Amino acid sequence: MGLQFYVQNALGGLAYGSLLFLIASGLTLIFGLMRIINLAQTAFYLLGAYVGLTLVAHGMNFWLASVAAGVATMVLGLAVYSAFLHRYHADPLTSLLLTLGFALILDDGVLAFWGGDPRSIAPPPILAGSIHVGTLVFPEYWLAVIVISFTIAAILFLALQRTMLGVMIRASVDDEEMARGLGVDVNRAFFIVFAAGAFIAGLGGLLGGPITSAYPGLDGELTPLAFAVVIVGGMGSLTGALVGSLLIGLVNAFGKAMFPELSYFTIFVPVALIMAFRPQGLFGRKL
Amino acid sequence: MSAGRRWIVAAAAGLVVALLLPRLGVPTFYVSLLTQTWIFAIVAMSLDLLVGFTGLVNFSQAALFGVGAYAVAIAATRFHVTAFAPVMALGIVSAMLTAAIFGLVALRSEGVGFIIMTIALNEIVWGLAYQWVSVSGGDNGITGIVRPHVGPFDVSANTGYYYVCLAFFAISLVLLLTIVRSPFGLVLKGVRETPRRMRALGYNVWLYRYLAMTISGGFAGVAGVLFAWYNQFVGPVALSLDQSTQILIIVILGGIGTLYGQVFGALVVVFLSNELSAVTQRWEMVLGVVYFAVVMYAPGGLVVLVPRLWGRLLGRRTPVVTEES
Repeated sequence: MGLQFYVQNALGGLAYGSLLFLIASGLTLIFGLMRIINLAQTAFYLLGAYVGLTLVAHGMNFWLASVAAGVATMVLGLAVYSAFLHRYHADPLTSLLLTLGFALILDDGVLAFWGGDPRSIAPPPILAGSIHVGTLVFPEYWLAVIVISFTIAAILFLALQRTMLGVMIRASVDDEEMARGLGVDVNRAFFIVFAAGAFIAGLGGLLGGPITSAYPGLDGELTPLAFAVVIVGGMGSLTGALVGSLLIGLVNAFGKAMFPELSYFTIFVPVALIMAFRPQGLFGRKL
Repeated sequence: MSAGRRWIVAAAAGLVVALLLPRLGVPTFYVSLLTQTWIFAIVAMSLDLLVGFTGLVNFSQAALFGVGAYAVAIAATRFHVTAFAPVMALGIVSAMLTAAIFGLVALRSEGVGFIIMTIALNEIVWGLAYQWVSVSGGDNGITGIVRPHVGPFDVSANTGYYYVCLAFFAISLVLLLTIVRSPFGLVLKGVRETPRRMRALGYNVWLYRYLAMTISGGFAGVAGVLFAWYNQFVGPVALSLDQSTQILIIVILGGIGTLYGQVFGALVVVFLSNELSAVTQRWEMVLGVVYFAVVMYAPGGLVVLVPRLWGRLLGRRTPVVTEES
């Protein structure tokens, strides 16, 4: 196991981790704000991947298609949110079961519409090459995914910390009743955060496509990872989601390379440690 | 008739019907669906002990169920242990041990934190079953499990096996009813209602929750063992998060905190998912819609919904049946 091995897996892990962030950021923000454990978040990712690959197949530009996939996912997510979910934001069990039911429907819908064959997704031609540094080789697209995810993370942080909307969201997280009392439109904050979570996951679907490809059941495989992220990082914390994603991405990459049969287990080693010694996660608050 | 005696008559009548069903010319297909119903009723009751009587919403019940099932498969294929009693004991003990470990981790949180922890625990066990191919067979699962003889009886045929599952269901129901009516069960209900007050009264709330989880794990293990023999196959689907959810849906549908109601919940879910998969390929989608319907329109379960609908049908209002407490 030379340098090549470590650099390759580290970069692969970071790229995969930044994809996880696109799923987990929505999971953690939606939970932090409305106590909804949105298990449809990975199904959003899957839907985004399929919508995106169809658009690309019809000749749409890759980046445009990923935004369109995000918007499509967001519209669907918001429809379900407005019709059903919003009523149960203080009821974690009911909302969780609803999102699970929704994930089943989405999953099966994807299977019905696109069939069961795995679809590989090609990266945009500009980024299809590889970068050679000495003896090291890695795909350009990995770097692009890392850069894009960090950009999205930066935008989320800025929006939360520096805008009026972000202030309102943070106020609603801290004390919903008081925020309502002070005239914050908490329901609007809910709506916007749910929209953002669905949009980013859907966008991530196509962006991540060249790495994860798309197949029915992918969402089920991503759910444990997304959960690992938010448990390590702390439910409700965006910083936690970022740190957790990268950590889980790295552990996943090295685990898969070194113990291929037990990679889920290697992921859950940090998770088990966190659960045992710091149940609220690295950056979370006590639940 | 007093309420107590009416219950005994109803239970006896139900038991007679259940005993006679396979003899009344019911097609084998339905006999095997009913067998599944007993199995899922057992695991649903085990979850009801936590959700309905202890106030713990456990999303890792399928993992415990699955550990029981995999214990059968691994004992049979690797160690050639196939006799009825040792395998059943092994399944129960391994599920209880798993539950005891889960309890140590998950009970550090309460409420929604507990839900999240148990989801993660379920996913860990699923991940092991899914990926640890050399032990679990991975996605292909483990085949070649043979139904054992129970004492002198050969239960390899569907009808015989039906009675085995029915017997375990009846025993589990009686045991669980005894547990929830015992002083221990009363403390559990206290823990469900007001953990803080129970703590102030000097009860070790953590310990009661922990014991409830471990006991519940044992019953989930029983169901898992029966399930492995029933299918003669175990795969990772048996302990997926979807399976945990389905068990919870059975509990909600059957009526949280009723125990006996889980039979009806299991009956509906087992028949629905089997009949649907025969009629349409899109049965998963329909199941998703059923989740919505159950959660939104029947949160009290069939034991509340059916009398109410019946009453409406007859044009009068019936008093709402409250959960047994």
